[in-house]
Amino acid sequence: MTFGEKIYLPAIAKGLKITVGHIFKKKATVSYPEVTRPFSPVFRGLHVLNRDEEGREKCTACGLCALACPAEAITMEAAERKRGEEHLYREEKYAARYEINMLRCIFCGYCEEACPKDAIYLSETVMPSNYTRDYFVYKKQDMLITDEQMKKRAETGKG
Amino acid sequence: MADNIKVTIDNITVEVPMGTTILEAARKIGGDVAPPTMCYYSKLKGSGGKCRTCLVEVSKGSEKDPRPMPKLVASCRTGVMDGMEVKSMTSDKVIDARKGVTEFLLLNHPLDCPVCDQAGECDLQNLGYDHGNAGTRYEYDRRTFEPEDIGPHIQLHMNRCIMCFRCVFTADQLTNTREHGILDRGDHARISTCISKALDNDFIGNVIDVCPVGALTDKTFRFKNRVWFTKPVDAHRNCSNPKCCGEVRLWMRGEEVFRVTARKDEWGEVANASNGETGWICNECRFEKKETKDWVIEGPTKVDRHSVIAQGHYAGKVGTAGQPVLIDKVIGKQPQLTLDIHTVSDVNKPSYHLDQIEGPAHSDDFK
Repeated sequence: MTFGEKIYLPAIAKGLKITVGHIFKKKATVSYPEVTRPFSPVFRGLHVLNRDEEGREKCTACGLCALACPAEAITMEAAERKRGEEHLYREEKYAARYEINMLRCIFCGYCEEACPKDAIYLSETVMPSNYTRDYFVYKKQDMLITDEQMKKRAETGKG
Repeated sequence: MADNIKVTIDNITVEVPMGTTILEAARKIGGDVAPPTMCYYSKLKGSGGKCRTCLVEVSKGSEKDPRPMPKLVASCRTGVMDGMEVKSMTSDKVIDARKGVTEFLLLNHPLDCPVCDQAGECDLQNLGYDHGNAGTRYEYDRRTFEPEDIGPHIQLHMNRCIMCFRCVFTADQLTNTREHGILDRGDHARISTCISKALDNDFIGNVIDVCPVGALTDKTFRFKNRVWFTKPVDAHRNCSNPKCCGEVRLWMRGEEVFRVTARKDEWGEVANASNGETGWICNECRFEKKETKDWVIEGPTKVDRHSVIAQGHYAGKVGTAGQPVLIDKVIGKQPQLTLDIHTVSDVNKPSYHLDQIEGPAHSDDFK
């Protein structure tokens, strides 16, 4: 090594230059949860079961989402709409039970693509974590769009 | 003159006896050469000639008179001649005509396949998939009918009917009295019983099997499950009815029998039973024997690989599935069960028997 290399000072200065340079650069991180990153338009998050403008469930339990699902995460049981339930369900047949096993789900979005009734959507919500496995079996009520969400949608045209 | 005559369909020559129709000759060749049929049913006398899906082009009339036939002919109603040359799938004219016929059949057919129980084994769905357009050019409202109740076992959806007359022939030829038929004419024509009578004959359930669309479906199976999620199994029982062969296909989910149908052959028609006769089944076998112990199970049905029903990847005998042997041998112990899905899930609860409900399930069945 030469004398210049032996005293290390130029190397230290070089290193410090990089460090100080980074202080003035734009931060790559955001302070979540105060700040959230914008989702990509094709982001596929937690499932939402949609309802129409009159608040009726759109799903008719046709089973195409379950058929398209490569992870076999979706199961359902259908029932016939009775007289007097027309305000609840859009079609003659509906999903009495609808479950997605989120441990199996790979968020590929094939269910959304397969749905002929526009009933299932993958929303811009990340899947929350939990300590127990049984938490991850999502029932129909966990995914069905709520009245508040419906109201917000009517007001803002979003959500 | 020899009994057998030669006919060439799509450049494949086949020998058939005198009096065979072009369609039957094409079916003898098999595969895609056979034209699709919506109304013709080889097991029913007098059927055919109504839907026009089986149109073919006869490019050479016969050895003696080689002129081509001027128009496309309905192959189910046209007999073969010696030396006849027929074009089915090789003719652009035929493909175009089938497309037109499909469009006509779909004019008034509702787009309710997501609700319909026939979806997955529907002739019209297959036809539309092979020969149909993605959209419709029809600008008017589809023809609709008031729902009509035709008894406890059979569900009639007149909106879906394509007027093939198969169910009328079935009732005529299989049962003692026919209680339903076509009422009215033209656009108003509909399958109906006179003044909402219930169809009640011990062989009337067969109209469900012959219906090419979802107009006549099984009420005991209504909305229970999609056909491709149930597992077809061949089974038989000693039926007390002398006309019933007792050889059926069970559509199972786990150990539950959701639906019983006759066995179908490759053309979607009721297959011949082991005694050589057409395997029609009686209402008792079809609607009332919904338990595994009623049946002697022969094994899983062979399903065409391209059929949606094959998605269940079903093989082996019922109830023999277990842990793969490899796990014990490699790991030396049983894998730990981290979550028994039945403790969490409400769907397919082992304690809950959907097959024991008479008709479709309702909201109070899922309390």
